[in-house]
Amino acid sequence: MRLGLKPPPISCQEVVELVTAYLDGTLSRRQRRRIDAHLADCVNCSAYLEQMRLVIGAAGALKEEDLTPEMEREFRTVFERSREAETD
Amino acid sequence: MPVTGSGRRTLWRRAAVTADPDSDLVVRLRAGDEDAFMRLVSRHHDTMTRIARIHVPSDAVAEEVVQDAWLAALRALPDFRGEASFRTWLLAILVKRAQTAGVREHRSVAVEDVERAVDPRRFDAAGAWSTPPARWDEDAESRLDAAALAGPLRRGLTRLPDRQREVVMLRDVDGLSAQEVCGALAISVANQRVLLHRGRSRLRTFVEAELRAQ
Repeated sequence: MRLGLKPPPISCQEVVELVTAYLDGTLSRRQRRRIDAHLADCVNCSAYLEQMRLVIGAAGALKEEDLTPEMEREFRTVFERSREAETD
Repeated sequence: MPVTGSGRRTLWRRAAVTADPDSDLVVRLRAGDEDAFMRLVSRHHDTMTRIARIHVPSDAVAEEVVQDAWLAALRALPDFRGEASFRTWLLAILVKRAQTAGVREHRSVAVEDVERAVDPRRFDAAGAWSTPPARWDEDAESRLDAAALAGPLRRGLTRLPDRQREVVMLRDVDGLSAQEVCGALAISVANQRVLLHRGRSRLRTFVEAELRAQ
């Protein structure tokens, strides 16, 4: 444990390669602290991280089409078939 | 005792399992409620079709595999104990079916792949930004909302290499966990992270270029 020691600085180019692991929470505590310390001082990397969050959020909001009536009928048939199997 | 760091992740995972968003519908489904079934089908359809399509050669076969998986899931429902989320359990059934039906080979991607998140020419010799990310919020506030990014994002997604697009769609559009994606695509945790990272980084660069061109 090296609590209390200042972590060595990390470059912008390194930060952008660790952004995914940072957001997934899979970095070591030490790596996380290095990035947090960098972000506190770097407006460009903070903007980069914010843009990644925007992209991820916008991807989550992409809407897909609902089931077509034909698909719905097919799945209702699947449901009936599973019930038949139970009463066999 | 769990070691520092991984202990926190275990707790997080446990919390995610207890908050299964499907649990109410699953209770109703166990009681034979067809509407609950249709809502579950609808909720998971895109994800299931997407995963099936990765393993099989056509959309038609993918649709069949999804229906097949639902039939198997309905029959196995009494065995579902809720140890994993319903979705994780359902996707495991689907993947098994899709792999049996599938003919497409798995393409694994080398983890030491040299592709960079950002063009190295945008950094100076010390690794600091020399051409920083273009701000997206300079002209209009509306640019910042998800709806404004939807167009560039959709176009960007079509430009990604297949494997990167698959992982980004499953993680960010469908909201699957890293573990679920690893299971669905039969890839390692490290591979999943590399593909997600490359895909998201390319998407950000693509959106940046489109917004700048506007």
